[in-house]
Amino acid sequence: MTDALVLLLVLPFAAVPAVLALGAAGRQAAAIAAASAMAAGVVILAWFAPAVLAGETLVVTTPWLPDWGLDLALRMDGLAFLFALLIYGIGFLIVLYAAYYLPGSDRLVRFLSLLLAFAGGMLGVVLSENVLLMLLFWEVTSITSFLLIAYKSQYHDSRIAARMALAVTGAGGLALLAGLLLLGDMAGSFALAEILAAGEAIRADPRYPLMLGLVLLGAFTKSAQFPLHFWLPNAMAAPTPVSAYLHSATMVKAGVFLLARLYPALSGSELWFAAVSAIGAITFVLGAYLALLKHDFKGLLAYSTISHLGLITLMFGLDTPTSAIAATFHIINHAVFKASLFMVAGIIDVETGTRDMQRINGLWKYMPITAALGIVAAAGMAGVPFLNGFLSKEMFFAETVAHPRFEGYGALILPALGVVGGLLSVAYAARFVHDVFFNGEPIDLPRTPREPPRIMRLPVEILVVLVVLVGVLPQLVVGDLLETAASAVLQTDLPPVKLAIWHGFNLPLVMSIVALGGGLFYYWRRDRVMTLHERLALEISSPVAFERLYAALAGGARRLVARLDGRSLRQYAGLFLLAAVLLSAWAWISAGSGGLAGPIPARPPDPAALGALAALAAGALGATILHRQRFVAVIFLSVAGTVVALAFMRLAAPDLALTQLSVEVASVVLLLLVLAYLPQRAPAEPADGRGLRDALLAAAVGGGTAALAFALLTRPFETVSAYHLAEAKPQGGGTNAVNVILVDFRGFDTLGEIAVLAMAALGAQALLAGLRLAPRVSPADSAADRYPVMLQQLMQPMLPLVLAVSVYIFLRGHNMPGGGFIAGLIAAVAVVLQYLAAGIAFAEAKLRADFVRLLGAGLAVAALAGVASFAFGLPFLTSGYVYLRPPLLAEIELASALVFDLGIALVVVASVVLILTELGRLSLAAGRAPPARRTAPAGEAIAERVPAAAEA
Amino acid sequence: MEAAVALGIGLLMGAGTWLVLRPTTFSVLLGLTLMAYGVNLLVFVSGRIDRSVPPLTLKGTSGWADPLPQALVLTAIVISFGMTAFFVALALRALGETGTDRADGRRSPAAGEGEEGP
Repeated sequence: MTDALVLLLVLPFAAVPAVLALGAAGRQAAAIAAASAMAAGVVILAWFAPAVLAGETLVVTTPWLPDWGLDLALRMDGLAFLFALLIYGIGFLIVLYAAYYLPGSDRLVRFLSLLLAFAGGMLGVVLSENVLLMLLFWEVTSITSFLLIAYKSQYHDSRIAARMALAVTGAGGLALLAGLLLLGDMAGSFALAEILAAGEAIRADPRYPLMLGLVLLGAFTKSAQFPLHFWLPNAMAAPTPVSAYLHSATMVKAGVFLLARLYPALSGSELWFAAVSAIGAITFVLGAYLALLKHDFKGLLAYSTISHLGLITLMFGLDTPTSAIAATFHIINHAVFKASLFMVAGIIDVETGTRDMQRINGLWKYMPITAALGIVAAAGMAGVPFLNGFLSKEMFFAETVAHPRFEGYGALILPALGVVGGLLSVAYAARFVHDVFFNGEPIDLPRTPREPPRIMRLPVEILVVLVVLVGVLPQLVVGDLLETAASAVLQTDLPPVKLAIWHGFNLPLVMSIVALGGGLFYYWRRDRVMTLHERLALEISSPVAFERLYAALAGGARRLVARLDGRSLRQYAGLFLLAAVLLSAWAWISAGSGGLAGPIPARPPDPAALGALAALAAGALGATILHRQRFVAVIFLSVAGTVVALAFMRLAAPDLALTQLSVEVASVVLLLLVLAYLPQRAPAEPADGRGLRDALLAAAVGGGTAALAFALLTRPFETVSAYHLAEAKPQGGGTNAVNVILVDFRGFDTLGEIAVLAMAALGAQALLAGLRLAPRVSPADSAADRYPVMLQQLMQPMLPLVLAVSVYIFLRGHNMPGGGFIAGLIAAVAVVLQYLAAGIAFAEAKLRADFVRLLGAGLAVAALAGVASFAFGLPFLTSGYVYLRPPLLAEIELASALVFDLGIALVVVASVVLILTELGRLSLAAGRAPPARRTAPAGEAIAERVPAAAEA
Repeated sequence: MEAAVALGIGLLMGAGTWLVLRPTTFSVLLGLTLMAYGVNLLVFVSGRIDRSVPPLTLKGTSGWADPLPQALVLTAIVISFGMTAFFVALALRALGETGTDRADGRRSPAAGEGEEGP
């Protein structure tokens, strides 16, 4: 059962690749695949039917992100069943219809896959037990419907309409997200079962009005309620199968589904009654009024859809159990007759080549069967007796009479509204029937209409049969379904409802008769209404207003971005740092953590610390003040770096001291290499006040960090390191806890980090590839002292020695300070010194190493060391170790982590050497080829030969 | 002691910030390096500085310093070098493409294309 429920949701998504694959074989195969998926869904539902109709509720929950309250939770109950049936059942008919509707040249495969993805999104909305999951699928429907509306993307109108629908429903989705988060907070859970049971607490919460407003905004945008209804008529730019599916049976129904689903949690307050019924009533009447005035019959159907959705909303808003049942019933009825009407409209569109009711007339003579189907469906929509629409409208009329919230003359408001809306509905249905099928002869049609292919009419026939069957035998056909669905909506026992055609001669029947007669009369005198309408121009042109608002918002956003984004690194960095300072300050102040100093007394500094601080200050400030004299600045910088290394040494971190020292050497080489291509002195900055501003920001960042560090150091803390220290030897087989953490406890982190290092090196190599820069120091000038003899002579014998040290550091690293990172850095420095001493050409000829491959090899070794533990049935990167006692040598401990450490060392060597040699190679390339872009003015090179230090 | 360490970190961050906000790439490079020192030290001292025995769990020793921040900072030092190197390559590429070493890739109206003053 649970598997079937998951399958029910996954089925349409799973069918998408099948349709795409079969699409290559032809459109027929793709259509069959899509139709089979829909049909399979109906079959699964039929299998669920006995249990669901018996009143069972099935919930499946798999935790996904439990900390966020987001679970993969599905629910199958009467309401979910009803909607799933509409989605799959009408979806099946739509697929059949679309296969014949879309001309051969169209991209049917794309259409069908989008339709299936949309159906999957809808199923997700109706089957979700977790409201956040529901929202996720809600957004899926917004996006897939955008793609479906924009299906004819070559037309401007389609693109505008799709964008409008996405903007409106997407904004609604955001509001809904906020609303559902509030709702979950109020109910204490995001699970529907708990939310629906917490109605009392939710309504008593002071945030209830805000939450209700946000949720309703989501529901009303989706179901096109006034004043957010304007996107729906525009969405008629989509192909008719899309309109028939999305804009009658499914997508817009998601809005009313939300009202139904959350009914027990949200309804039952004055606010619900006022907001929902008022918006519903306005939409109901306005939609019906505007529908009559449309000359495009698809436009007529679109406004009629708006009107019917308004009616459903109004019924939920009336907030009595029986009105909720009537609303649920009308959801079914509207889906059936409106889908068939849209399909009829599509047939007429294809057969006549136009949708203008001023030209299409008298089709009865040309396509009698289609006409008969259309007339029955339209009569169902108008609420003619013995058809489905009559029953739900009758129930609505019964609700309007004697509504408990109205008394005296006020009690007349609702029945009057109902009759006016019903009357207008009859009028536009009459117009559709009369104008299209009768009313003389067609005028100037692009082609002569005839009956469509039999199979294209089949889906319409099935739906129209349902219209009649529900109308004649309501209790038998939908009684049980409606009862289970409505009890799922109300979450309580139902008042007894018996669907019947004849309730005796009562007030609702009189209202129906008045609406039918009045509607026909109104239609007969429609010319006056139209003239009046045109004179008053009542219709507010929402799309134009929307486009204006949209353009204004987009323009504002662009101006804001232009102001914030000066395309300047300085500005980015400044804003970023400023934001960091402000956020930290805010956090500090709002936490109210008291004074700067914590409970632990600060110790006075010893003389060595003071000396180090002075050296550090000299280095940092020297580099800062003299930053324009670049060579000097590098020397000051290296002073600061060395003090940092000494600080690590003093503060019991020998590994860090070794790492910092070797990185310092590589950094200085790097910076000096760059100076070969840059001017040795930076130009003076214009005195524009930036300096002062930046100094203030720098003082804030520096002062803030110092304060943070001091506050941190004087407060007690708890560390997880006790475990690492205790288990370093027993589990990791090494006494150097830092190294054991790196290669063992947190080895996966380290693997990621060396991958980042490798990416940085490869990225740098890619950036420098093919770059030609003329060195600032001309080769001729530096020829004299290019490779100092002393260094050259010293380095050659030094290389094997340094490499031996590196191996030693590597091997002892698991127990004593050292390890792969440090060994790799030392080896890299040794190799780079060879380059410096002897020149690139010489060193390359001698070393013959491809550092890119070495990089890859290092990563591979590290990864394989991790994979190897799978062979022992252990998780990734589990290490083991053995002790060997070879003769003549001391005890050797062989840990598998050593292999991993070797990978680290290789990556580090390769990365550092690769970067530095690529930089050195630039000048080589420039020396061989003439400089491409940059030519230094004569004399400049000589000027720069004067060491900057001497000028300082 | 704590005050001296905090002051040192603050100095590195402040100097780094000011340099990062200078208009030429080389100053940004210097600034990033200083900020990296500062941040690495800050993370490191979050393990506190009151213990003087390195985290080598040899027999007969105790009161070890916290190894976890050390392990984190060790890789951070190497990665900050990688980042600096990447930034160097980016700066040189920008120099090759635009002919100027200004961090914004735009020629300074006052100082030509980042050339030396007279």
